[in-house]
Amino acid sequence: MTAIPTPIKPAGTAPQGMGATTRREAWWREPLVIAVGFGAFIVYSLFSALVWGPVFGAPYEASGYLSPFFSPLIRPDWLPSWFSPAILILWIPLGFRATCYYYRKAYYRAYFADPPGCAVGEPTIHRRYALEAAFPFILQNVHRYFLYLAFIPLLFLWQDAFLALRQGESWRIGLIGVVMVVNVTLLTGYSLSCHSLRHLVGGKIDCFSCSRGALLRYAMWQRATWLNIHHMRWAWASLISVAVTDLLIRLLAIGAIADPALRF
Amino acid sequence: MPDAQLNVFRGLPGEKSRFEAFEVPVEEGMVVLDALHWIQGHAAPDLAVRWNCKAAKCGSCGAEVNGRPSLTCKTRLTDYDLDEPITVEPMRAFPLIKDLVTDVSWNYAVNKTIEPFSPPADVPQADWRWQQRDVERVQEFRKCIECFLCQDVCHVLRNHETDSAFMGPRFLVRAAGLEMHPMDQGNRREYLKDSGGIGYCNITKCCTEVCPEHIKITDNAIIPLKERVADAYYDPLQWAWRKLRGNEGTGARVELPVLRGPRAAAGDPAPSDPAPAAAEGPVARADGPAVCARRPRRSRTSEPKPSPPAVGGEAARPPRRRRDRGTS
Repeated sequence: MTAIPTPIKPAGTAPQGMGATTRREAWWREPLVIAVGFGAFIVYSLFSALVWGPVFGAPYEASGYLSPFFSPLIRPDWLPSWFSPAILILWIPLGFRATCYYYRKAYYRAYFADPPGCAVGEPTIHRRYALEAAFPFILQNVHRYFLYLAFIPLLFLWQDAFLALRQGESWRIGLIGVVMVVNVTLLTGYSLSCHSLRHLVGGKIDCFSCSRGALLRYAMWQRATWLNIHHMRWAWASLISVAVTDLLIRLLAIGAIADPALRF
Repeated sequence: MPDAQLNVFRGLPGEKSRFEAFEVPVEEGMVVLDALHWIQGHAAPDLAVRWNCKAAKCGSCGAEVNGRPSLTCKTRLTDYDLDEPITVEPMRAFPLIKDLVTDVSWNYAVNKTIEPFSPPADVPQADWRWQQRDVERVQEFRKCIECFLCQDVCHVLRNHETDSAFMGPRFLVRAAGLEMHPMDQGNRREYLKDSGGIGYCNITKCCTEVCPEHIKITDNAIIPLKERVADAYYDPLQWAWRKLRGNEGTGARVELPVLRGPRAAAGDPAPSDPAPAAAEGPVARADGPAVCARRPRRSRTSEPKPSPPAVGGEAARPPRRRRDRGTS
C-alpha cells in the first residue's frame, strides 16, 4: 500500500496555558504526591550512595547484610576511598526505572507537566515539543536493554538475601534478612511485570496457536500480562522496599537499631 | 431531588463563546444527555447536541462534563454534587461547529491512511482457522465505538502543535488490532513511526482513563506497538539477528492459522472467498486437518515478497486437539 500522509489535526478550542481546565476535582493531587514521593527517594538514594558513607562514616554493610544500593559490591583496590561503589551499580536500576513505561507516565506528569493532568493545560513552551519522537526522549526505546541489565544486580540481590539468612552452617532469620527477601521479591515482581518483557516473551507474535513454541510463549505472555496489570504497584512497592532495606542496614551499622533474629 | 444547574457552552466558530446557565429538574436515573434534551425542549430549542443511541454504543454524544471527556448518555447527574453547577462543553480538541457539536471529520481522514486488513490473497477465507487465544487481543480493540474521547483528552492532539502529524490513540488502537491479527500480512511499523507519529505518545494514559469501553489503550495497544516499532528500528540486537537469518524486513515471521485439507488442496473456494485459492500455495495440502502455515512477513517497504513453499515438517505434524471456543 502506498503510504498516505496523515493529516495534521485542525486546531480545537481547548484552553491553553499551565493548569487551564474546567475540571473541578483535585487533579493536581496525584502528580503532587508522585513528585514528592519520587523526590524523596531520589534525595535519599543520592544521600545514601554518595554522602552517608564517605561523609558521615556509616557503612553500607553490617552483620552480613549488604545495602541493595551497593550490590553487587565492586570495590577494587585502585578505587579511591571517596568514590562510592554504588556509582558503578546504580546506573542500571536508575536507567531501568527512568525508561520504564510506568515511571515515564508518572514523571512526565509530575515533573514535566506534559500534561500535568488529563484535559489540563500545560505550559505553552511545550507546544512544539517532539516528545519521544526526537532526542533525547527517543532514547526511551532502549528500555529493553536496561531490562536485560537489570537482571544482573537482581541475581546478586537474591544471593545477598540468601547469604543474609544463611550464616555458615546455621540459619539466621533476622528482621533485616526478612526485609531483604521481601525487597528482592518485590524487585523481581517489578522486573517480571515489565512491558518490554511482556512483549519479548510473547506479545510480539501474532498467532499463539501456530506452533508449540508459540503456545509456550503464549503461556509466558499470559503470566507476564498478569504481573503487568499491577506494574505500577510493583514499581512503588519495590522503590519503597529498596530505600527501607538500605535505611535499616545503615541504622544497624551505626548501632541505632538491633536485629532480632531466630537462629537454628 | 434538587434541581441541577447546568452551565452549557454556547457558541459558533469565530464568535465569542459563552456559558449559559439552566436549571433542570432532576429525576431518578437521569443522565447529562437527558438534561440537555430537557433544555432543548423547555429553554433553548436551538441548543446543538449530537446524539444517537442513548445507550453508550454509538459514540456520538461525547462532551466534556466538568472538564472530563465523557459520554453524556452514560454520565449520571447524581454522580455530581447537585449543589454545584455542572459544566458541559464540547470536545475541546476539535474545531467547533456549534455549541456542543464539533467537527470530528479529521479522524475519518486519519483512518483512511492506515493500511487496511491484509489477509493473504492465496488463502480462501473459508480456510481461515484460529483459536480464541489468537484473537482475544484484537477483540478488545474491536470494542471501540469511535467516540473520540481518547482523541479529545490526548494532550498531544489537544495542546501541542507538532510539526508532523500524530494519529492519536483511537487509531493506534485500530492499527494494533490489525497488526496483531493472526491473518493480517500488513506491516504498518514504518507508517506508525513516520506518518502515524507514535513517538509523540508519551504514554500518560489519559486515553485509557476516559475510554467508555474500558479498553486498556495504553497497556494493550500503544505500548505493544511502541515495542514493535522498537523491534524494527531501535534494537540493534534484533537487527543483527534479522541479518543473520537473512530477513531484511522487520524480521517478524507470521504463522497463519489456516485450514489444510482436501478442499483447500483442490482449489475449491467457498462462495464468500475474497480471493481464489492457489493451486500451489504455502497452505495447500492434500490431507490433514487444520494446522498452521508459516510464511515470511512482508518487508518494511510494503512490497509483497514471493511466498515460499510450505515447510514439509509442519505438514507432517500431528494435529492438535481443537479446543477453540469458536472462530470468527
